[in-house]
Amino acid sequence: MTNHWVDIKNADVILIMGGNAAEAHPCGFKWVTEAKAHRKARLMVVDPRFTRSAAMADLYAPIRVGSDIAFLGGVINYLISHDKLQMEYIKAHTNAPFIVGEGYSLKDGIFSGYDAEKRKYDPASWGYELDKDGFAKVDPTLENPRCVFQILKQHYARYTPELVSKICGTPVDTFKKVCELAASTATPTRNMTIMYALGWTHHSQGSEIIRTGAILQLLLGNIGVAGGGMNALRGHSNIQGLTDLGLLSTSLPGYLQLPKDSDVKYDDYMTRLTPKPLRPNSTNYWGNYPKFHVSLMKAWYGKAATKENNWAFDYLPRYDSGYDIIKTFDLMYDGKINGYICQGFNPLSSFPDTHKISAALQKLKFLVIIDPLATETSNFWQNHGEHNDVKTEDIKTEVFRLPSTCFAEEEGSLTNSSRWLQWHYKGAEPPGEAKGDPEIIGELFTRIRALYAKEGGVFPEPIRDLTWTYKIPTSPSPEELAQEYNGRALDDIVDPKKKDTILAKKGELLGTFAHLRDDGTTSAGCWVYTGAYTEKGNMMARRDNSDPYGLGQTLNWAFAWPVNRRVLYNRASSDAAGKPWDPKRKLVFWNGEKNVGSDVPDYRPDAAPEEGVGAFILTAEGVARLFAPTGMAEGPLPEHYEPFESPLKVNHLNPGHADAFNNPAARMFKKDRAKLGKPEQFPYAATSYGMTEHFHGWTKHLKGNAIIQPEQFVEVGDELAKEKGIANGDRVKVSSARGHIEAVAVVTKRLRALDCGDTKVHQIGLPNHWGFMGLAKKGFSVNTLSPSVGDANTQTPEYKAFTVNIEKA
Amino acid sequence: MKPLIQRYSDSDRINHWIVAIAFVLAGLSGLAMFHPAFFSLTGLFGGGAWTRTLHPYIGIVMFTAFVSMAKRFWKHNVMVPVDYEWLKLLPDVLTNREDRLPKIGKYNAGQKLLFWMLVVALPTLFVTGLIFWRAWFAEYFPIPVIRLAALLHAVAAATLITGILVHIYAAIWIKWTVGAMIRGSVTHKWAKAHHPLWYREVTGQPATPPGQE
Amino acid sequence: MSSLQSLDIKRRSATTLPSTQARETLEVAKLIDVSKCIGCKACQVACSEWNDIRGDIGTNVGVYDNPADLGPKTWTVMRYSEVEEKKGEEMAFEWLIRKDGCMHCAEPGCLKACPSPGAILQYSNGIVDFIEENCIGCGYCVAGCPFNVPRISKQDSKAYKCTLCSDRVAVGLEPACVKTCPTGAITFGSKEDMIDHAAERVVDLKERGYANAGLYNPAGVGGTHVMYVLKHADKPEIYHGLPKDPQISATVGLWKGVMKPLAMLAMGLTALTGFFHYVKVGPNDAEAHPDEPEDGNGPHVIRSSGPGQMEGKGNVNPGEQA
Repeated sequence: MTNHWVDIKNADVILIMGGNAAEAHPCGFKWVTEAKAHRKARLMVVDPRFTRSAAMADLYAPIRVGSDIAFLGGVINYLISHDKLQMEYIKAHTNAPFIVGEGYSLKDGIFSGYDAEKRKYDPASWGYELDKDGFAKVDPTLENPRCVFQILKQHYARYTPELVSKICGTPVDTFKKVCELAASTATPTRNMTIMYALGWTHHSQGSEIIRTGAILQLLLGNIGVAGGGMNALRGHSNIQGLTDLGLLSTSLPGYLQLPKDSDVKYDDYMTRLTPKPLRPNSTNYWGNYPKFHVSLMKAWYGKAATKENNWAFDYLPRYDSGYDIIKTFDLMYDGKINGYICQGFNPLSSFPDTHKISAALQKLKFLVIIDPLATETSNFWQNHGEHNDVKTEDIKTEVFRLPSTCFAEEEGSLTNSSRWLQWHYKGAEPPGEAKGDPEIIGELFTRIRALYAKEGGVFPEPIRDLTWTYKIPTSPSPEELAQEYNGRALDDIVDPKKKDTILAKKGELLGTFAHLRDDGTTSAGCWVYTGAYTEKGNMMARRDNSDPYGLGQTLNWAFAWPVNRRVLYNRASSDAAGKPWDPKRKLVFWNGEKNVGSDVPDYRPDAAPEEGVGAFILTAEGVARLFAPTGMAEGPLPEHYEPFESPLKVNHLNPGHADAFNNPAARMFKKDRAKLGKPEQFPYAATSYGMTEHFHGWTKHLKGNAIIQPEQFVEVGDELAKEKGIANGDRVKVSSARGHIEAVAVVTKRLRALDCGDTKVHQIGLPNHWGFMGLAKKGFSVNTLSPSVGDANTQTPEYKAFTVNIEKA
Repeated sequence: MKPLIQRYSDSDRINHWIVAIAFVLAGLSGLAMFHPAFFSLTGLFGGGAWTRTLHPYIGIVMFTAFVSMAKRFWKHNVMVPVDYEWLKLLPDVLTNREDRLPKIGKYNAGQKLLFWMLVVALPTLFVTGLIFWRAWFAEYFPIPVIRLAALLHAVAAATLITGILVHIYAAIWIKWTVGAMIRGSVTHKWAKAHHPLWYREVTGQPATPPGQE
Repeated sequence: MSSLQSLDIKRRSATTLPSTQARETLEVAKLIDVSKCIGCKACQVACSEWNDIRGDIGTNVGVYDNPADLGPKTWTVMRYSEVEEKKGEEMAFEWLIRKDGCMHCAEPGCLKACPSPGAILQYSNGIVDFIEENCIGCGYCVAGCPFNVPRISKQDSKAYKCTLCSDRVAVGLEPACVKTCPTGAITFGSKEDMIDHAAERVVDLKERGYANAGLYNPAGVGGTHVMYVLKHADKPEIYHGLPKDPQISATVGLWKGVMKPLAMLAMGLTALTGFFHYVKVGPNDAEAHPDEPEDGNGPHVIRSSGPGQMEGKGNVNPGEQA
C-alpha cells in the first residue's frame, strides 16, 4: 500500500478492482464502511463476479476476467478526453512533461525494441531525450508531441467506451458511470483510493494492470494524498514482510538484487544498480544503493566482508535467470532438481497445473516440509481417490516433515499491508515437537556449518563466515533477528555536515537508514526496516494510537517502513509551492522553513519548494512515471493483451495481429504452451479465488471454518446453468486442457453473461480452498485447471483468467 | 343375595379401565403442561421432562385402547329417535324423575353423546399430538400446522376432560353404576330403572309391570 | 443459562404472577446494519467460540448459507438473498445478506408458549433467555416464535437459541458477535442509542438512493432487542423471509390466551355443578325403590352374550326364569 488501512477512511471515492476486500480483507474493509458512513464516500466495485464487496457497493460494474487494462485504459481516455485531470498535480509531480526519445513507437500492439524470437524487449528505445548533461528534456507546456502526456493521450485515445465494452463486456452505460465517479476526484479536494489484490497480480500482465491503475491515480492527483493511493491488499498476515525481505528468487532483502551472471565485477553490479539522476535536483534515492548493499553484506558477513574483497561480493550467487515457482517446478518435472525444501508453502494445492506439480514432486529424491499442518504437498504420495489419484507404491520420494509453529505460537513482527511492522507475543506453546522456523533453520544451519568445518568443501566461505552470533545458535531469538535487520553502527557515525556531531556511537542500533554508510561502518540486514528496533527500544511494539491530526496517521503505533512513514510520496499532497491541495487533509507541507505535517515527510525535510527536488524521491526523475522508460518487461505503457487462455479469438484492441494477442513478453514453456485450451473445447472464462470463510487451504483444517464453508463448489451464472441443464446444488464437472475437477454447482445471478462483441462470454467462478487434507469435505485442487504461465515481470501465475468447460457430472 | 345381570364382560371392563387410567395419566400430565397452575403435577411423573416424555406414550395407549373400546360399544351408541325425546326431558333426568322419561336401551342419550364426543376427541388428540410430538414428528410439519395442532389438542383435551368429569359424576350420581364397570354386573332393579329396554332385552321380561307401560 | 440475578428477571415463562418489578435496568439492543454487513460469518464463528458450540461439518446445498439453517449448536446464521430492487429510479441487482437469529422480542412468543416455569426468562434489559435446566423439551417455543428461531436438540431435547450473550452483557461486555464484527455492522448499546444510530444510518442510505431505508423494530411483537437497518424496510420479506409484520400467531394467542382460562373454567364449573347437583338432587338410587320383589337365591348373574359382543341378548339364569 502506498497509504495504509486506516487512511481509507479519508477517501471520497473507493474503487475496488482486482480484489474483493470485503471477503478477503474483512477487517480492513471496516475503513471502507467508515469512509462511507462518515465521508459519504462512494464505493465502486469492478469485478467479474458480484462479490460480497459488490454487495456493499454504490456502483458495480461487471468485467470479463483479464481485461482490466482495457477497462482502466478506457477510464484514462475518458479523463483526458473530458479534461477531468488534476493538471497542476500532473505537471508538478509526474513525468508528463518529459520528452521521450524518437526511437519509441507502438505498432499493432507491439512496442519498439521487440525480439520476437526471444519474446523479449530491449527497452533502450523507450528512454527520454537527454540533454548534454545527461538530464531528461522536458516541456512544461505538455505540447511537445513526444512528451509523455501527448504519448499517453494518443495511446489511450484508442480505448473508446465502445471498444472497452466490447473487450470487457461491461455495458457502456455502467462503464461511463465508473468513469464519471472516478473523474469526480480530479479536483484537489476529492480523492479516490484504489484497493486491489491478487485479482490484478494473478495475470500474465498483472504488473501492467497495476501500473494502469497508478497512471489513473496520478492523472487524478490521487497519489501521496490522504484517502488516495494504490493500495495492494496483502493476503497472508506477513506476505508484505516476505516481500520486503526478498520474495523473488533474484531479490535480496530491502528490494536489493542479486548479481547477474553479467555482473562479472563488483563495479559492474554497482553501476547497473546505482541510477544516475535524470533531473538536476532530483533526490534519486536509489543513488544510495551502495550504502544499502554494503550494510547488508556487513550484517551477513561482518568482519569477513572487507573493502578488499568487495564486501564479500563473490559470496553471493550470480543468477542466469529467475527461479520462480513455475520454472523451478518445470525443472523438477524434467528431473533436474533432486531435493526441495518447502517451508510454509503448499505447491500441490497452490501452484498451477496440479498434475504437473504432482508429477514433478514424484521425481524428487527428497522433500522437506516445514509446516504446522499436514498439507496436500506433505501427503502428495498418498492416494486419496479421485482427489489425489497417485500410485503410492511407485513414488520413491522421501518426505521429511518438520512441524513448525502457527503465528500465535511465536513471537515476532508481522508486516501488514500498511507496511506496519507490528510486534506480537506468543499466545500458546506449540504442540508436540513443533518448533519455530528460526529454530528449525538454526538447527539446520549449525549442523551444516559443522559439516563444512569438519569436512571442508569446494566453497565453504559463505557458510563458514556467515554472521551467527545469536546467544543460542540453534535458536535465534526474534529480538536478535529484529536488531540484525534494523542494523548497527560498527564505528562512530559522524554527521557529514557537522563533523563534531556523532549520529550513532559504535555498537548502537541505528535510528534511520539515512545513517547507513558504504564504507563498512554500518550494518543493516534489511535497510527499509532500519528504525524498527532502535536504541529507544522496539518501535514495532508501540501501541499508542493517538491521532493528533484526526487523519488516522497514529505515528506512535508500531513502526511503518520506511522510517515510520505512513503515506508514501506524501510530499505530493502539496502543490509545487508546498501548499496542501486540501487544507483539511494535510499530510506534508512547507511551513517556510521545513517540510512538516501529520506524517514523516517523504522528502528532505529542509528542501525548499523552489529547489525542485521532486516529490517522488525514489525515481531518478524525481517525479512519478506515467511512462516507464525502464523497469517493465512488456513496454513503457500498459497495453491490453488477452489472457493466455481467452474465450475470445481476437484481441479487439489489435485485431489481426496474432503476435499481440497476449502478452508478447510473457514466458511460457513449450510443454505448458501445448496444454493451452482453445475456445472451441473450453468456451467459458474461469477465475479462481478465495472466499471470506477460508484462508487458502489452511483453514479447512479448523472445525469452525470447515463448518461455515464445508464443501467445494463452483459458481455458475443462471443463464449458462439453464443452457447446460444444471440445477442449483447439482454436481458438475469442470475441465480445462490440463485436467478436471468435480464440485457442487452454486447457480447464481451474480455471474452474468457478458456481451463481448459477437461473443457471449459466460464466466465460471472457482473458489480455491479445498483439497484432500483437513476437516472439510474432500475436494479437488482448483489448480488442476489453471495454466503454467505467469506475469512477464514477476512470473506470478495467471490464476485469475483461463478457460474451461462445464457439464453436469 | 340379589340376582345380578351382567352389563360388562371382563374384557370390556379391562379395556375401559385401561382407557380410564391412561386418561387420568394423560390428563394430569397434559394439564401440567397446559396451565402453570397444574405444573406441579409434573412431580407425579418425575419432573417436567419426564412428563413431556411420557405424556405422548400414555396418549398412544389411551388412543389404542379407546379404538378397541369404541368398537365394542359402537353399536349401542347409535342414536335412535327416542334419544332425542329423552334429551328434551333433560330437566327430568337431572331431577331424578326417571319415571317421566321414555324407555331407553343399554345407553341413554347422554351416554351416547359422551361416546361420540370421545370418538371425535380421541382421534383429534392422537393426530394433533403426533404433529407436535417434538421427539419424532414435529420437524416434518410446518410451524403454522404445529400451532393449529397444539390449539386443537388443547380444545379436544379440555372438551374430553369436561365430558369425562360429567361421566364420572354421573357414575357417582346414578348409584351402583361404578360397580357395573368394576365387577361388570348390575341388579335387576338398577337395569329396570335406568335401562328398561336393555333389561327386557337381556331378561326377556318387561321392565315395568303391565299396565304401567 | 441464567447469568443475571433474580432481580433482573422481568418475566418468567409459565408463571401467572408478575416477576420482580423493583429493578429498572437499561434496555439494551443489538443493531444489525445490513447495509454494512459483508456476510463474512465472523459472527457465526465468534458465537460458536464464545458459547463453545460447534455444529456439524455439513455440505454445500447450492448457496453460501452454511450451516444451511439455525440449529441447537448454531445460534446465528447468515442468510443470502439475490434480488432485483429499485435503487433511485433504476432497478438494481442486489445480494442481500442478513444475520439471522433470535430477535429478543419485547413480547416473546416463545415465552408465551412455554409451559415450564422459568424455562424462558425475559430480563429487565430486554434479553430473552432460555434456561435449559428448566426446559422440558416440548418444543412449544418453536411454535410460539414468530421468527422460527428456537431449535430443539436431538441429543438432549433442550431448546436452544441466541442468548444475546446474556453472560457477557451481565458483566458489561457486548455480545461476542458484536465484538468480532469487522465492519461495525453489528453494534450494541441501549435501545435508545441504537434507535438513534439507526436513524443516522437511514439518512445515509436514503441519500444513496434507498428511498425506503428504515429500521426494523416490529411493533407486532412490542419491538425487538435485535433490530435491523434495512435498505428496503418496506419489504423485509426480501431479506430471506424476514416477516413483514411479525406477531404472536393468533393460533398461539388462542392456545395460550383464552383457551387456558376457558378450559379451566369449563372443567371447574363442571365439577362444581356436579357437586351441587348432588347436594341438591342427591343420588339416583334404583335400589331405594322397593317396588320390585327380590327373588332368586344367590348371586345370579345374567350373562350378556359374550365379551365384546354387544347384541344385547342376555342369557337368563334358569332359576330366574321361574
